[in-house]
Amino acid sequence: PEPSSAAGWASVIRRISLEVRFGAARSTDFEVHRNWLAITHSLPVSRWYYENTSEWTLDYPPLFAWFELGLSQVARRFDANMLQVENLNYASPATVLFQRLSVIVTDVVFIYAARECCRCVREPKGSRDVLSRPSFVLAVLLLWNFGLLVVDHIHFQYNGFLFGFLLLSVAKHLQSQHLQGALLFAFLLNLKHIYLYVAPAYGVYLLRSYCFAQDNKDGSVRWSSFSPLRLLALGAIVTSVCALSFGPFIAMGQLPQVLSRLFPFKRGLCHAYWAPNIWALYNVLDKSLAVLGVRLKLLEEAELPPASMTGGLVQEFEHSVLPSVTPAVTLVCTLLSILPAVASIWLRPHGAQGFLRCLLLCALGCFMFGWHVHEKAILIAILPLSILAVESREDAGIFLILTTTGHYSLFPLLFTPAELPIKVVLMLMFTIFSFTALRKLHSAQGSLLHPLEVIYLLGLVAVAIACEVVFPLSPWQQRLPFLPLLVTSVYCAMGVCYAFLRLYASLLLRREEKPKQL
Amino acid sequence: MQTWSLVSICVLLAIIARWGVSLNSYSGAGKPPMFGDYEAQRHWQEVTYNLPIQEWYFNTTNNDLNYWGLDYPPLTAYHSWICAYIAKTINPEWVELHKSRGYESTQHKLFMRMTVLVADLLIYIPAVVLYCLYLTDGSSKKKVSIMFCFLLYPGLILIDYGHFQYNGVSLGFALWGILALGLGWDVLGSMAFSLALNYKQMELYHALPFFCYLLGKCIKTGLIGRGLFLLVRIGVTVLATFALCWLPFLAEPSQAMQVVRRIFPVARGLFEDKVANTWCSLNTLIKIKSILSGDSQLYLSLACTLLAVLPSCIRLLTKPTFWHFKLALVNSSLAFFLFSFQVHEKSILLAALPACLLLNDLPLMALWFLQASTFSMLPLFLKDGLLVPYIVTSLGFLFFSIYLLSALDHCSEDKLRLGAYNKLFYWLPKMDLAFIVRWKFYISIAAMVGLSIATAVLIPPPHLPDLFPVLVSTTAFLHFLGTFIHFNVVQFSEPPSRKSQKKSN
Repeated sequence: PEPSSAAGWASVIRRISLEVRFGAARSTDFEVHRNWLAITHSLPVSRWYYENTSEWTLDYPPLFAWFELGLSQVARRFDANMLQVENLNYASPATVLFQRLSVIVTDVVFIYAARECCRCVREPKGSRDVLSRPSFVLAVLLLWNFGLLVVDHIHFQYNGFLFGFLLLSVAKHLQSQHLQGALLFAFLLNLKHIYLYVAPAYGVYLLRSYCFAQDNKDGSVRWSSFSPLRLLALGAIVTSVCALSFGPFIAMGQLPQVLSRLFPFKRGLCHAYWAPNIWALYNVLDKSLAVLGVRLKLLEEAELPPASMTGGLVQEFEHSVLPSVTPAVTLVCTLLSILPAVASIWLRPHGAQGFLRCLLLCALGCFMFGWHVHEKAILIAILPLSILAVESREDAGIFLILTTTGHYSLFPLLFTPAELPIKVVLMLMFTIFSFTALRKLHSAQGSLLHPLEVIYLLGLVAVAIACEVVFPLSPWQQRLPFLPLLVTSVYCAMGVCYAFLRLYASLLLRREEKPKQL
Repeated sequence: MQTWSLVSICVLLAIIARWGVSLNSYSGAGKPPMFGDYEAQRHWQEVTYNLPIQEWYFNTTNNDLNYWGLDYPPLTAYHSWICAYIAKTINPEWVELHKSRGYESTQHKLFMRMTVLVADLLIYIPAVVLYCLYLTDGSSKKKVSIMFCFLLYPGLILIDYGHFQYNGVSLGFALWGILALGLGWDVLGSMAFSLALNYKQMELYHALPFFCYLLGKCIKTGLIGRGLFLLVRIGVTVLATFALCWLPFLAEPSQAMQVVRRIFPVARGLFEDKVANTWCSLNTLIKIKSILSGDSQLYLSLACTLLAVLPSCIRLLTKPTFWHFKLALVNSSLAFFLFSFQVHEKSILLAALPACLLLNDLPLMALWFLQASTFSMLPLFLKDGLLVPYIVTSLGFLFFSIYLLSALDHCSEDKLRLGAYNKLFYWLPKMDLAFIVRWKFYISIAAMVGLSIATAVLIPPPHLPDLFPVLVSTTAFLHFLGTFIHFNVVQFSEPPSRKSQKKSN
């Protein structure tokens, strides 16, 4: 539709100009990808996962490595020097240009995926002003998503490209083209294994709704309608993609090494900057109990481990008062958290919409309880939620909370004073748009947010002012430099937990309604 | 969607565009000993903060006028003083007398850019928003589109946030003046314009239309009675504003005279660098500078300027409506730019502001001229290292204005007011003028793109080192001349009252 294509063009211009003006080679991710271009180009395949000249070793699945190999063929024409493994931190203008161009070009996948998602959205009857059509609102929410703009174009990653695959796969499922959706997800999983977060949703949904061709009248499983052919087709797709990606490494017997690179459990429970999840709240609880204990003379200060958790270093550490958390514990917690969602779509599938909801809950559950979660992972939940937000009022309310909190939690990624106006202005733009557009879309059914939620969101503004403006000028800057990060992640963690619970409620309580067919 | 949210999103986008440009290089970056305009502004902060007012415009041991001496009226000096005060609280090294010459650092650059942004947010941007919301016709979406294109005009963004100047302040004050006159608040309007004049003397380009409009209005309401009363009030306001701004310098006549001497340096020649005006372009064919003496150059340019300005202003005097006022602003500033003495290429901004006012009524012509004005400053941008922002902002402006204003759709003869040409050239066979105009537009854009690429990429032949700047300025000159003639024709052909008389005039 015309307005969405205009939004698309405008977003292309926006992204290019953001790249061009703000792109700076100082982000470490820039060096990471340059290193991978060099490794895949200059070294034989057998050395890819053993190479560790640089500290940024290859830790994405092999299909991404093949992708980097393809990119390096083009890179050769820009500046062959970037492809030398020894050239650490090499950042000539041609290199920067090439890397930035590659992000812009691969973003085409994301734009295409956004268009496909807009086509899945139901348009309500009646003539509507172009700017308040659901498909236009969705297009802008996806293409101008603050988090994606910040993470991709200012920080440098290929998330637009990868999220394009995710959204495209979701769109295909919404359009009932399950094989294509499965194929796209298989590609995605082999490009970046973080999407394992949402693999349970895919697995259970495809098994339940695709392999069992029909349901009984009350919605339960009809065992007789099991179609081995479909199961075989799915299996063939997944195994062939994995073979394409992992094949050479299995043949060389390097699988354990590859897996150890992909899943490094040596890193700590939390990233240097705590992602706003349960463990951030857990850490704070532990710290405050420790401080309280020392004050009340219940603990000896000498017994406590040194304050390394908040020092900003990525290493293993122990909690002082509450029990320490091991990777196994996080795995169990994660599985427990997504179990109800997954069970729900097995027992009472609600078609593709239920699948989308379950996908969101899996993404959020893994974000909340996972080991060494990056705050950027919140985008895996925010982007698909946009699709639900333009259609249902309740989801729009949850979206506003999750998006605003999630996007604010990305603020510490841009920490120089020059970037302060950019992130504030971009965030304001996106927030104003999402609030007014969604409110206009769902205006007939009352207000979107409860007053308490509004107060919480306004509190974000206070936190922002305190962290960005007041704190650097205050005397605590020297003694407690991590304090703004702590406050940000704890405050946002509350919002994310709340959104998680509300999404769960909306999934489980929906059981009473008729399943929606799309 | 509600208008306020659309307006705020557009303003935020405009701020992003400005901040994006400001992260690039500035004029004179890393080029001792003189550096550029950026250093000039920093130096003025140093001078105004550390020295007493009496010494600001004089050549003393502490104040070397050859190193970026103050050559703008007092309001600029006061603004520099305020900025210096803030700079001193953040980092005194920035404005230390003598020692801070050529000071360059990332924090300082951030601070300077911030001052420009703050000034814009306080003065220029609110004026644009109010103008577009209250003085343009059309649906609210149309108004927001106009406002967005107005705010995205690349020339002002690149000069203020790239090259580094404070044009937003003077143009903003002028715009407040225009806004007030449009709403019928003549006294406030004249006060705002006096402030603009006291900030940068180049606003004199706009002075004649203001004068003729207000005088014409007074005459129309009756020179005996209300008209005279209005005239007296305006006169008193203007004098009072000037007096207030020049107060510290009025104690001694020598002080005031020195300031005037600094503001109007008549010792220089007809033109300096490659400017897109008549004299520079004529110089490529006939070497005027060497043929005529200094005095006769002065008289020639004075005569030509007067000749070019008078028709439009007299028309405005006889028919003082807002529509004629806007057209007269464009015509007058273009006339001054084309024929005046010692014109800088940045002065085209004074013509661009009134052209932005016409984005609603004559979208194609206005945006064509605005694009040409940005193009004419290309050699300056190349010298400052602003090529990439230039490309991005120009393309963005072109795309958004063509798409949002549907400039190419409303291309009928009637809309373009080409009826007059038919009457003028009645002896020629009837042609589809709208078609011709559209094709001229395409060709011209293609030429500008081609020349931009050539200037940026190609190396000129050794015997013609200035080939590309000359080509750029001549092309721009042709565009400006064409625009000047067209808008004059429009001003003379249009019936005095526009379709709605609801604007009080």
